[in-house]
Amino acid sequence: MEKNPFSLSGKTVLVTGASSGIGRATAILCSEMGAKVIITGRNAERLEDTFKALEGDGHSKIIADLCKADQRESIVGQIPLLDGIVHCAGIGHRKPAKSLTEDDIVSVMGANFNSAVLFQASLLNGRKINKGASIVFLSSRTAEVPTIANALYSASKGAIQSYARSLSLELAPRQIRVNCICPAMVWTPLVLGEGVTEEELKEQEALYPLKRYGKPEDIANLAVFLLSSASSWMTGTSIDITGGATGV
Amino acid sequence: MELNEFITKFADQFEDTDPADITASTTYKDLDEWSSLIAFSVIAMVKVEYGKTLTGAEIRHCSTVEDLFNTIAAK
Repeated sequence: MEKNPFSLSGKTVLVTGASSGIGRATAILCSEMGAKVIITGRNAERLEDTFKALEGDGHSKIIADLCKADQRESIVGQIPLLDGIVHCAGIGHRKPAKSLTEDDIVSVMGANFNSAVLFQASLLNGRKINKGASIVFLSSRTAEVPTIANALYSASKGAIQSYARSLSLELAPRQIRVNCICPAMVWTPLVLGEGVTEEELKEQEALYPLKRYGKPEDIANLAVFLLSSASSWMTGTSIDITGGATGV
Repeated sequence: MELNEFITKFADQFEDTDPADITASTTYKDLDEWSSLIAFSVIAMVKVEYGKTLTGAEIRHCSTVEDLFNTIAAK
């Protein structure tokens, strides 16, 4: 067989938040690159849509809400050893700082930080991660670049980056790599929530040097690279993927 | 939804503008303090107080406080 460091052939990869957006595109590309894929998501119907779009056999899907401890444990109890994990599950949020409530913090940090951190802990305690595996977290350019009404979302994405850097040190002895992806704007259901319309976003999109926002597939390509042996010497990093935008 | 109550809540989103300067016929984008941050505050207020999702585009398309009230009331 031809040598291909970018292949995921023979690897088992778990993708959270796979029912839409970046998670969905990542799951599909992983299957196309030869991985056995396990997808999780909250919405049964949309998860099934993703599942049907996977190429090849041997994939599985688990409907679960990662914010709930029993459902995290249930996933860990029914999956095989993993060579890759892409933590895509998350929610968007836009509100000025002075309007933030405790409920907002619980909901945004719960979905974007707590659930990924706790799920990762469960996977490690359940000994589900192979030596040499690659773990990818979806952070965001907003972790570094401020925009108004984005304080809580940005904080949640900054938190996951700091967490991931520490995790990379702890897992390095087993050659397990941990990296973050920091996209600028990507056309997903997440960016269209919270009172922002498509036409407003399109005006901003035109200002991007590459003249477009990202597509979920653009991010999936980077996720697959980070899962593959092509990135074997990369860990503890956060990679920007922005269409040339220096802001968000 | 009641117009005067909405005007009070709308005016509440401003820090330095005298609430007396904000009436049903005020063109809010002409207020010195108007900004995209205040637009986001209005969106958040409408969500909390009325359980409705107002968009940035709707805020841009409306002109007076009463226009905005009518847009929200029609949701």
